[in-house]
Amino acid sequence: MALINPKKREVQVKIVYYGPGRGGKTTNLEFINEKFRSRIKSEMVTVKTYNDRTLFFDFLPFDIGMIKGYTIKVQFYTVPGQVKYNATRKLVLRGVDGIVFVADSMTLRQEMNIRSLENLAENLVSFNKNIETIPLVMQYNKRDLEKEGIPVLPVEIMEKDLNAGLKAPYYTASAVSGDNVAVTMKRIISMTVMSIREKLELGGSE
Amino acid sequence: MDFPFDFSKKQLESIEDVLNEELIELGVQSVVLIDLAGNVIVNLDNGRCQHDVYSLAALAAANFGAVSAMANIIGEEEFSLLFHKGESDSIHFSKVGTDLLLLTIFGKDVSLGFLRLKANEANDRIRDLL
Repeated sequence: MALINPKKREVQVKIVYYGPGRGGKTTNLEFINEKFRSRIKSEMVTVKTYNDRTLFFDFLPFDIGMIKGYTIKVQFYTVPGQVKYNATRKLVLRGVDGIVFVADSMTLRQEMNIRSLENLAENLVSFNKNIETIPLVMQYNKRDLEKEGIPVLPVEIMEKDLNAGLKAPYYTASAVSGDNVAVTMKRIISMTVMSIREKLELGGSE
Repeated sequence: MDFPFDFSKKQLESIEDVLNEELIELGVQSVVLIDLAGNVIVNLDNGRCQHDVYSLAALAAANFGAVSAMANIIGEEEFSLLFHKGESDSIHFSKVGTDLLLLTIFGKDVSLGFLRLKANEANDRIRDLL
C-alpha cells in the first residue's frame, strides 16, 4: 500500500520486479540506474551472494516528480528468483503496489516461469492481495538470445502460459541491451500511480 | 497482513515532537520511523548528518524481517532488542506497535542504556498517537 505523507506531501510507491532466477530482474534495475541517473539521488542497494546472485533484494529509489501536488517517490525492488528463497520474496512483497513479472524467454525456462508466477500469486494471497487486480506488467525478457541461435519461446506461447487469464500488458525485452526496459518501467509506474490516484484526490487523511 | 497506514498531518507532527523531545535532544544523530514495508514515515536528524534514509529504511525493514524469521526458527516470536554497533556510530532498532520500526543512529557520546530507556518512552508515546 502506497504510503502517503500529507505533511511532506509525498507518496512512497513500491514496485517489485518478480520472476524466476537469472531472468534479468537485477539487470532491469541496473539499466534504469544507469539510464536515469539524474532522477536517482542515491546508489542502488544490492544484497548479493558471493557469486553475484541476488540474495535478498536490489533497491532503487526513483523520483518521478509531482502529481496532484504530491512528490511521488517510486521504490523499485527485485526479489531473489531462486525457489529456495521464498521467505525472502515474501518479505520484499510486503506493501507492494505494482509488479513487473520478468519472464525468461529461453525455451528451457518455460516451466520455471510458470512456477514463479504461481508462487507470486500465492505470496500475494498471504498479504490479502490478488494477482488479477494488482497493477501488473509482463516482460518477456532475453529476446536478444534468438539472434545467437539459442531456442526462445514464441511470444504466443508465453502469453498462453502466463498471461491468458491475467491479460496484463506485456513487452518483449532485452534487459542486457536495455530494449523495452524503460517502456516496461514507465507502464508499471503509470498503472500503479493510476491505482492510487483516487486516494491522492482525497488528499490522504488530513 | 498488509500495511494500509494513513497518517494525518497532525499525527505526523505529534510523532515528530515526541522524537525530538525524547531522542534528538538526547544527542542522537538521526531517528527514522518506518513501516515494515520499508517506507519512511518520519525522519529527523540533528542537522549534521546526511544519511540515505530511504535505502536505510528498505534495508532495515528487510533486516528486521530476516531476524524475526530467525527468532521463529528457535521458537521465539521476535527479538525485542536489535542493535548494531559500529566503531563510531551505531544503530538501535525498536518495534513500535506491531507494524512500525524506530531506527536510531547515534555516536559514542550517547549511552546505550539511556538510549534504550528513551526509545522505550518514545515508543509508548507514539503508540498512543496511532
